[in-house]
Amino acid sequence: MESQIHLTDLPLDPSGIHRYLSTPASGGIVVFTGTVRDHNQDLRVIRLEFEAYEPMAIKEMERLAQVCSEQWPCHRIAIHHRLGVLGVGEIPVVIGVSTAHRQEAFAACQFLIDALKVHVPIWKKEVFTDGSQWVSAHP
Amino acid sequence: MKTQSPDTLSVRILAFGIAKDILEDNVIWMDLEPGSKVSDLKSALMEAFPAFEKLQYVRFAINESYVTDDEIILPDDEIAIIPPVSGG
Repeated sequence: MESQIHLTDLPLDPSGIHRYLSTPASGGIVVFTGTVRDHNQDLRVIRLEFEAYEPMAIKEMERLAQVCSEQWPCHRIAIHHRLGVLGVGEIPVVIGVSTAHRQEAFAACQFLIDALKVHVPIWKKEVFTDGSQWVSAHP
Repeated sequence: MKTQSPDTLSVRILAFGIAKDILEDNVIWMDLEPGSKVSDLKSALMEAFPAFEKLQYVRFAINESYVTDDEIILPDDEIAIIPPVSGG
């Protein structure tokens, strides 16, 4: 298994990630892109601000790619996360997996995005028209 | 790097997200007793910054890996307060 792990201040490139994932043996490629939506519950979101404990975030993403490849036969795994200020419609995260068959690619990709949201030390602050809050910081 | 006296453990603590807002800084130093565990640091932080009690839960990392409350803190450890993460 090969993996490509990135944290960056620059816009993410889903089609470049798709190209990376493609190998002659890969019959299934699943690429998940998260996008910034304009609301959370009834509040209008203007932008999101992401920060990370960068060296640990990289290590955790590498660890998750490893765990994932032990569970599903992955050819390549890509986990790219954006940092800084993102507006509505921009892409904070792209996760992609290539496998021989589609079922493994779907399952592995779902595992990676779910695990990222639990383990990787990245935080987002939602900025509304009249205030802001760190997501998940309070019950 | 701070100088260590034998009866004090001076630790450097990184803070992110809501923890950074509570500490009003992204790095602080705290003095603990040598041999202190993460649970002792947690108590010291709660005492110094009562707003920590409002958080649902907080994890700690030492040298870029998650640790449990009974992990013993060593002099050169890099400690990080990890409030609930929200990437993606």
